[in-house]
Amino acid sequence: MKLNVGAVCGPGGSKKNKTGHWRSFRPKVDPEACNGCGICFMYCPDASIKIVDKICIIDYEYCKGCGICAHECPRDAITMEEERK
Amino acid sequence: MIPEQELFAPGHNACAGCGPAAIARLILKATGDNIIVVSPTGCLETFSSLYDLSSWEVPWMHPLFENGASVASGVEAALRILGKADIPVIVIGGDGGTYDIGMGALSGMFERGHRITYICYDNEAYMNTGVQRSSATPYAAATTTTPFGRRSIGEDRPKKNLAAIAIAHDVPYVATASLAYPRDLMNKVKKSLTVDGPRFILVHSPCPVGWGFDSALTVEVSRLAVQTGLMPVYEAENGEITKVFKIIPRPVEDFLKVQRRFKHLFTSEEGREQIELIQAAANENITKMGLAKEPGRKVKVDAS
Amino acid sequence: MTMGTKRVMEGSMAIAEAIKAARVQVISAYPITPQTHVAEFLAEMVANGELEAEYLKVDAEFSAASVVFGSAATGARSYTASSSQGLLLMTEVLYNMAGMRIPVVITGMNRSVSTPVSIQPDHQDTITFRDTGMIQLYVEDSQDAYNTHIQAFKIGEDRDILLPVLVAADGWTISHTFEPVETFPQEEIDAFLPPYNPLYKLDPKEPVTFGAIAMAHNLMEFRYLHHQVMHHAKKKVEEVAREFKERFGQDYGGLIQEYRTDDAEVILVAMGSLVGTLKDAVDEMRETGTRVGVLKIRCYRPFPDEEIRRVLSRARTVCVLDRSISQGYGGPLTIDVKAALHNQRGPQVLSFMAGLGGKDVTIESVKGIVEKAQKVADGIPVDEEPEFVNMNWNIV
Repeated sequence: MKLNVGAVCGPGGSKKNKTGHWRSFRPKVDPEACNGCGICFMYCPDASIKIVDKICIIDYEYCKGCGICAHECPRDAITMEEERK
Repeated sequence: MIPEQELFAPGHNACAGCGPAAIARLILKATGDNIIVVSPTGCLETFSSLYDLSSWEVPWMHPLFENGASVASGVEAALRILGKADIPVIVIGGDGGTYDIGMGALSGMFERGHRITYICYDNEAYMNTGVQRSSATPYAAATTTTPFGRRSIGEDRPKKNLAAIAIAHDVPYVATASLAYPRDLMNKVKKSLTVDGPRFILVHSPCPVGWGFDSALTVEVSRLAVQTGLMPVYEAENGEITKVFKIIPRPVEDFLKVQRRFKHLFTSEEGREQIELIQAAANENITKMGLAKEPGRKVKVDAS
Repeated sequence: MTMGTKRVMEGSMAIAEAIKAARVQVISAYPITPQTHVAEFLAEMVANGELEAEYLKVDAEFSAASVVFGSAATGARSYTASSSQGLLLMTEVLYNMAGMRIPVVITGMNRSVSTPVSIQPDHQDTITFRDTGMIQLYVEDSQDAYNTHIQAFKIGEDRDILLPVLVAADGWTISHTFEPVETFPQEEIDAFLPPYNPLYKLDPKEPVTFGAIAMAHNLMEFRYLHHQVMHHAKKKVEEVAREFKERFGQDYGGLIQEYRTDDAEVILVAMGSLVGTLKDAVDEMRETGTRVGVLKIRCYRPFPDEEIRRVLSRARTVCVLDRSISQGYGGPLTIDVKAALHNQRGPQVLSFMAGLGGKDVTIESVKGIVEKAQKVADGIPVDEEPEFVNMNWNIV
């Protein structure tokens, strides 16, 4: 791709940068315990959580495994497991 | 309802558990996509704007470190003359670019009365360059330029009260907020956009790397800052404090002990004294601002 | 060809008239001598409704440059002016906006820089902009200042260029001097200068990211592209000057301007208001048969090396009059002229520091310079070090 004038670039290109491989711990959701309250969705710094049908779904393409979701979950529905590479 | 649309795209290079990344995302959820954002130099700018890998789904500009507020002033003036004053303008800058090097430009933006919401994500040091102190670094915090040592207890000056400086400029809307209370933060951002004149929002933004805590604790640490009274969350409209976030005060140690930057306070003799000074500062906040849900309740330092 | 209206006015007013004629939409300025009259005249024009613009009175020149940077990036034609320390304070922003390819026009009302403190004219302030990546035009008198400011918008805003343009005008000699200046009807200026329509702007309808980070794998490539555009801008500067001449009958040159150089054995090279004095001196010397001419460098960046070579290679001796100094080496313009002539069997280049801090450069001083040049032409050895013209050697 040719470089653009003045280093001006389009929006949202960072989506090409899959940060999931940074992870050393992986959040695992217990669908029984999760009620889809959305607290984890709200706090996620990497926009890697969606609530679908009242269950939180983690986007492992971008999730860096920070663990905020697991720590903040009021129902302890998320646990951090060591990432197997 | 918090909008699902992600205007701060993933794939940015923020550290895991980054407070400012979470805050930028919430700010844009509050503003929606009809917005122009200016970000002076800082962590947020750096991790979100590699060429062709921008996280910004909205028009965004990074000029320099010290001119976020004046560049935004130009943006707002241009929108006025072009008949597009309905497009709101915000600045999202760190404490270095706001408290320190961008202070003159910020004062000018306030004084000229621009309709701009200036949001400072305050992670209390120059994190981007490797955790050097800023004038937002709290008393006794160790940074790479205020290390703990035989002749140093860490940062030796109290944190600059920037919200008060904004209020002194007759800024009609000044608020403080915290990542721990995202709805409050988003409401403040939204409300600010309706105010005629300059607005200033200070958001306390924990940094796992610079403050030294586990990345899972980012929200917890920001909550503790609020609940100890060290980070008063309030709104001031037209110079009057109109709303205060009430707390049941917890001892400052709860906040301090989970962070490496205050570790020396717990391992040195002089540390004890410093903790008492920090507690006194929190108590003063609590009294002065009326933060406590049960006024009169004294907070004791746990001696154990 | 359009006929204008000739009126006697201050140079600062000529510039303000040009800014008004260009329908500038955002102005920002901070007062500094000798730029102040431009800032005041524009304030008056906005105050009485002659000029429909947002005028931001700011906390420092750093903010003035930053404001117009932001407003131009949002799609408004934007302008600022300063002098001396104020220009230096703007410097960081100028690099930033040139790299981001944001076209604004900036008047550098030339004045020396501290220390010692001096409010007198020389080019020490704007010469430091050499490597900012801006287009840099130096004007000769008030008329040139009027013409060039209007041309500057057209050059910088061209979608093939997109660069900030500095118009350097000597303080006092131009800013505060009254001269007849021909101005042109608004509709004619409008026909010459279309509204600003940038390639990219801050706009929620088409969001873009300005000010991204380059890495080792692409920074040099961005610099290359910028350099290529500067090169391309040479043609644009010429083209716009030609169009202005055809439309308005005004000719102050494009990249350069030659004055009686055809058969000149000695060619004097300079920028700015000094050129007027040189032309007068040449006229006088020509009357007594001295074959001397003037090469005005109107465009300092991009530097017109080929054009300079073409003119100077005909001369036996070249005298460059520098109105600034690179301490420890000499005159910046001399250095550039020498570099342009390098690898050529060309004339010898002599360097003169002239008019620093408002030091007089009289016709007599110019004659002295030409005498030295003639010695070189006659094979008489001369001191090749830069000569400081009209020095008071008693106090150094």
